[in-house]
Amino acid sequence: MNGRLEIAAKGEREIVITRLFAAPPHLVFEAHTVPALLKRWLSGPEGWTLAACEIDLRVGGTYRYEWRHQDGRVMGMSGSYREIEPPKRLVATELFDEDWTGGETLNTQSFEAIGDHTRLTTNVLYASAAARDGALSSNMEAGMAVSYGKLDVLFTGAPIEPA
Amino acid sequence: MNAPPSSDPLDALFAALADPTRRAILARLAEGEATVAELAAPFAMSQPAVSKHLKVLERAGLVTAGVDGQRRPRRMNAAPLAEAADAIERYRQIWERNYRRLDVLLEEMKAVEQQSRKGREI
Repeated sequence: MNGRLEIAAKGEREIVITRLFAAPPHLVFEAHTVPALLKRWLSGPEGWTLAACEIDLRVGGTYRYEWRHQDGRVMGMSGSYREIEPPKRLVATELFDEDWTGGETLNTQSFEAIGDHTRLTTNVLYASAAARDGALSSNMEAGMAVSYGKLDVLFTGAPIEPA
Repeated sequence: MNAPPSSDPLDALFAALADPTRRAILARLAEGEATVAELAAPFAMSQPAVSKHLKVLERAGLVTAGVDGQRRPRRMNAAPLAEAADAIERYRQIWERNYRRLDVLLEEMKAVEQQSRKGREI
């Protein structure tokens, strides 16, 4: 079975998102690195679709995602790959066209085998404390995760365990 | 992927919560109302300094001032925190919906992989 999605604050500059998937790491990795597969699931908020997705899966290679809303809005994001270690680890920079994350973020994804499941951990590291503060004021939803961490309010549930 | 930008009231809330002294003041007010003088004492701060922090908390809707002559006891208002918790929940739900679609896709991928494995065995 699949675990509950966990979002937690870590340190001063990071947000960590964790989720368990009922498939082995090589499939979860593939679903994160093949454009046709990403378009199937990474749609984002209600009303949006991942309309364009280009990936040059090499260290130093770039990628670009473009979401479109049914009302015509477009939201673009791009970055480049820093580390690629199939099917275990993927490190890439990320920057939205509007830069509402306060500069580039560095995203580290680890695909950890747990039996025949995969625990995916996504660590989002902001460029600096100041950049993160900027990101927080424009990205309240992620921002509150961090401020809640500072408040020591635990909003994460039980740790994810394979069912 | 993150969520699109959202509104100013939440910005004010986050800015208010970003300061450790203000969080401590809130923690104190969560236990019950207190005057500026009562709040200043445990923090070794001047009353004007406490008032400054209270103003930020009031702007964020986290603190209200009671009407009791000169005392004007401050109270905590937890409603904005509940709204913020909803915001986290919305963010979580965006990811959860993405990942539920991924669950479906992974089931398909597993089935395809199994088929091709069987194909090779024959």
